[in-house]
This record gives sequence, C-alpha cells and structure tokens, in this order.
Amino acid sequence: MSIAIRFDNISKQYRLGFVSTKTLSHDLNRWWQTSVRGKEDPYLKIGEVNNRATKGVSEYVWALRDINFEVEQGDVLGIIGKNGAGKSTLLKILSKVTSPTTGSIKAKGRIASLLEVGTGFHPEMTGRENIFMNGAIMGMTKKEISRKLDEIVDFSGVERYLDTPVKRYSSGMTVRLGFAIAAHLDPEILVVDEVLAVGDAEFQKKAIGKMQDVSKGEGRTVLFVSHNMAAVKNLCKTGILLKDGSVQFSGQISDVVDQYLSDETTKGIVNNFWDFENAPGMEKIRVKSAYVQHKGNYLTVKDEFDIVTEFWNLEEGFPVNVSMHLYDINGQCVYNVFTENKPLQKGLHKAVFHIPANLMNDGIYYVNNMFVSKSASYFNHEHAHSFEILEDRGLSDWHGKWRGVIRPTFITNEYSFIESI
Amino acid sequence: MFIVEDKTEQWDTEIKPRNGLFDVNLKEIWRYRDLLSLFVKRDIITQYKQTILGPAWFVIQPILTTIMFMVVFGGIAGIKTGTVPQALFYLAGITMWNYFADCLNKTSNTFTTNAAIFGKVYFPRLIVPLSVVGSNLVRFGIQMALFVVVYLFYDIFMNAHVAPNRYICLFPLLLLMLAGLALGFGILISSMTTKYRDLTILFGFIVQLWMYATPIIYPLSRMSEEKQWIMTLNPLTSIIETFKYGVLGEGIFNWWSLAYSFGFMLVLLCIGIVVFNKVQKSFMDTV
Repeated sequence: MSIAIRFDNISKQYRLGFVSTKTLSHDLNRWWQTSVRGKEDPYLKIGEVNNRATKGVSEYVWALRDINFEVEQGDVLGIIGKNGAGKSTLLKILSKVTSPTTGSIKAKGRIASLLEVGTGFHPEMTGRENIFMNGAIMGMTKKEISRKLDEIVDFSGVERYLDTPVKRYSSGMTVRLGFAIAAHLDPEILVVDEVLAVGDAEFQKKAIGKMQDVSKGEGRTVLFVSHNMAAVKNLCKTGILLKDGSVQFSGQISDVVDQYLSDETTKGIVNNFWDFENAPGMEKIRVKSAYVQHKGNYLTVKDEFDIVTEFWNLEEGFPVNVSMHLYDINGQCVYNVFTENKPLQKGLHKAVFHIPANLMNDGIYYVNNMFVSKSASYFNHEHAHSFEILEDRGLSDWHGKWRGVIRPTFITNEYSFIESI
Repeated sequence: MFIVEDKTEQWDTEIKPRNGLFDVNLKEIWRYRDLLSLFVKRDIITQYKQTILGPAWFVIQPILTTIMFMVVFGGIAGIKTGTVPQALFYLAGITMWNYFADCLNKTSNTFTTNAAIFGKVYFPRLIVPLSVVGSNLVRFGIQMALFVVVYLFYDIFMNAHVAPNRYICLFPLLLLMLAGLALGFGILISSMTTKYRDLTILFGFIVQLWMYATPIIYPLSRMSEEKQWIMTLNPLTSIIETFKYGVLGEGIFNWWSLAYSFGFMLVLLCIGIVVFNKVQKSFMDTV
C-alpha cells in the first residue's frame, strides 16, 4: 500500500495573551535577530508543552510538537484526544487555514475538510446558488458542480427548497445541504470533524454510510476526528492519540481507544481511602474506604463490577446495615440496596454490592452509603465515591446518547408475524 | 518514528511553514477563477436585496454629491472649473474617484471582514479583493451611464463647451490603473491592519483627505507650475486629469506623468501582493 499523507515533524507555536505593544517590540527584536544578525529566532527556543491545566511561565506554547505519522491510502484514521490536545490545530494546518511553525505535510491528491459544513453559505442566496458558491470555495469548478448537482440535491433531500433563499431553511436542512456538497467533492483525502454531532438518526446513517463508501469503495483516505468513541471504533481501522500536542500512542484503533479510555477514566473513577484518624463517621462507625472494583483499566456498560465500602465498628454488638444509594449525574436515585441488619462485632467490616454486567447505562454515577441502625439513619456518608461507566455499543448506525436511567439486557422480547393484510 | 526519505515518491500537495517572499501562486488563482466569478455574482445579487430603491442608490449618491459640490465649492468658494459646466466637471471627477474609493475601502478590510470564512476553509485569499474590484465595476458602469446622460444633455440642449478628443481612447487604461491602484493600496492596508488594528482609523482618515489632494473639485491648471509638479506625485492626479482632458477637453495631459502613475501602480501591486501573500499564511493566528 502506498502512503497517502505524511506528517513530518509538524509543530505549531502560539503566543498567549493579548496582542499588545509588546508584539511590536517582539516583532522588531525578532526581525533584528533573524534578518540583520542572521541568528536563530529567539522566540522559537522558548515555549512549553501545552498543558492548559497548569499555569505556565512562558508566553509561548506549543500547540503541536513534532507530530510524525503516515496514513496509507484507503485507510480510515481516527484522531482522538481530549479537548486541547491539539486536534483542531492539526486539522487547521491540514486544511491550510493556518501554517505550521516547523515541519511539513506531504499528500497525494486533493485534501478536503468537513470542518464546518456550509461554510460561506450566504443567507440571501438560494440553495442552488449556494451549492455552486460553496462548491467553488472548496475548490470545485462550475463544470464539476453542474455534473454533480443532481446527486448533491438528491443526497441532501432539499429538492423542494432548491430555489428558496437559505435563510428560510431549517438548521437541519442547512447542515444536510452543506454535508451533501462536501461529500461530493471527491477529494483523495477527506478530513471529517464531528459531523456526527448534528442531524437526526437518518442523516447520521447516511453520512456514515457515505464515509464508508468513500474509504472502502473508492479507495480514498479519511481522517476522522471525534470524541465519540463508539463512532471512532466503528469507522476507523487505525488511530492516533494526541496528548498535550504530541502523539502519545498510535496503532490499531481498538488499542488506541483502550489507551485513551484508561487514561481518561482514571479521572472518571474516584475511589476513596482514609486513615483511621481522618476517617469520616460517627462515634461508633468510621469509614475506611469506598470504591468500585472491576477488571481492566476502565468500566463499560458490558462490565460487571462491585461497589465496596469498608468500615470500622467501634461498639461490640452494634446493630447496623449499609444502605447503598446509587445516584446518576442528575441526582436521580437509580436504586437503593442494603445489607442484612444484624449486630456486628467490634472490628473492620466490608460491604460488597455485586452489580451485574448489562444493567447500567453509560454515564457518571456517585454513591451515598447510609449506615442504618434500628430503621433510623445513624450516619449518612454522602458522595462516598463516584465512577464513570463508558459506552460500548459494538456495531451500530446510531451514535447518539443511549437513553434511559438503566440499560438492562435481561428484558427479553418477542417479535413475530401475526397475519397478512 | 523513523521515516525513510524516498525521492521517487510523487507528492501533489505540500504544506510547509512559510513560503518564500515571492512565491505567489498565480496558477492557483487561475484554478479558482470560477470562485472569483461567483463572488462577483454574489456581491451584485445580495447588495440590494431587501432595499426599497435598489440600484437607484448608485445614481442618487453622485447626483447629490455633485449638487453639494456646486453649492459649496462652485458657489460659496467660487472655484472656477474652466470652460466646462460645473456639473459635468464635478460629476466626471466623482465618478472616477468613487470607483477608486469604493474598491479601496472594501479591499482594505479583506481580512477582518472575512475572518470567519478564512478561518474554516482555504482558497487563494487574493480572490476576495479581486472580486471586490470586479463587482464594483457594475456600480461604476451605472454611474458612468449617468455621466454619459448628463454629458449628452449638456452637449445637445445646453450647447455647452465640451471638446472630447482622441485621448478618450485611453479610458480603458485609466480604469485599469484605478483598479490596480485601489487593489494595491487595499491589500497592503488590509495586510497591515490584521496585526495593528489602530491603523484602520489612520487609513480611513487618509483616504478621506486624499480626495482633496486629487484634482476632483478643482482643475490642476489653476495651480502654479511647482505645485502642479508636487500634485502629480499623487498617482491619481494624472489619471483624473487625463480622463477630464480626453472627455471634456479640460485638463492637463502629459505622457510622462501618466507613465509615472502606471509604474507606480505596477510597483505598488507587486509589493501589495507579496505582503498580502505573506500575511495570509499567518493571519489566522493574529487576527
């Protein structure tokens, strides 16, 4: 297989803060150092890794640093990473909106991006006029557009409104028309950024189908940027993981997604442990720990897991049970389950709740452990710990959020034919 | 990752940090010529949608300006316009000046007004100012038609002293020079104002005053020899004077000053394109 696109040491530096009078002095200094004295650019040496969470010292940051990778022709490459990892900067460089500070990108054939569908639509012009306008902005000639007009109109499904100004379109129609034009550009390399976030299920299906056609049938290369792991896993063969402007990991898409999720969910799962001295509790009860226990690096809807709390009982024969309340992110109690109420001996105890696989929906949850004695709350341990359950949908055409508080698979169904009409 | 450099591989697209100073891709602009014509069409179609008078505004503006000039400069200040009727004299100047000023004003904020679209998709940025120069031609054409009507009216009914001569044939060249100068200044200003916004205010002011430094409301011949020489340093002077001379028979025509203006335009256009080209690569980071 030949290489369709190659990134060679791509770096991008940005200057933080306002463009104040300092800019002029920096500019003059830079000009003096580079042009007159023939030295290296003094501002290229400084600059630090772009970690937004920590306060930096330098005014200059590297949004991207030494990005090297290649994509084979016909491959669908997923580019993932959390916000601020450098995905958008990479795409901007790729679509020539901004230029890299160092390095180069070499590609075979035309690169087209679906960064923002419908760019350059003029509200006063009709759908037909805008198809030509938008197509030309993306680099098509009038002839090419005329040849594809029927296909584009058909794909977008706005035929009836073709001679209506775009300002009368619904937002969904505008997006559909924009995507239809972009999808018929026939570039050798297609860059797709989060288009799945818009449109209804039917349109998503169409859009993804088109992307698959483009890569499989026509042997074109697709670079796909998304936060939607289900979609990425579904569509891509290989992937790269960006972190703080560098490629942290690259390889098969499932490995890359695994790496990303286990990185991300260490923050999503908050397990708590305390010393005896600092332990939350009351006179008779002290909580030692509250956590989830599971296999692997992260938790998905298909995993079983245990919700555990350990506590010290400080009074011999104190009758107490643990009443575990599981809340979702909206503060809705998903369920409340409890242990047997019996007198406990003095010492360390442990309550484990076994949550089966395929019961929970994806989302963030937190746990309140209420210690109940003789039908009255003795100590309510609020926000004992929290955890995130991730999506794992397998192959599907729908990539939106799965609805429902829970997502059980033990509800079986029958689906049969009754009679013909 | 280790990359073996393979010299035999053919790459069609290459994205690099910054091109050389004179690396202007004219071939690319030619490839996007359809976009240029579509932009021109868009500007014309959308400019007067949802207005009452529509393109009539093109005509109203120069008429009112001419009347104003006749009252203020011709009447109160008493500036003589030679043998030519005041209305014709002013209208000739205003029509030419309007084209220059409109093109200049609109091209000089190319980057700031198009930041949204420039930030999302790439096409040769020079297409935008070029399309402005093109779409303003329509407006210019209508105003020129108005001038011709007024001209014929004075010639036939008023028996006014107008003496067109063969230099009228220079008109297409004059128009080209106006467009070139406006484009050159416009893209230069737009390149400079992306970084230092306060230059916008300065340039807006300069363009306003510029009209008075150009023989629009007074004939150049009213000045002394030395002052005329200083006035011709303004590249617009010879263009306006040649136009008035060819069409009305009133003005000073000189091949040398016209050649100076032409050379000025070429140099300005080259500098403008080079600077514009350099700025377009980095402006998304500074705008």
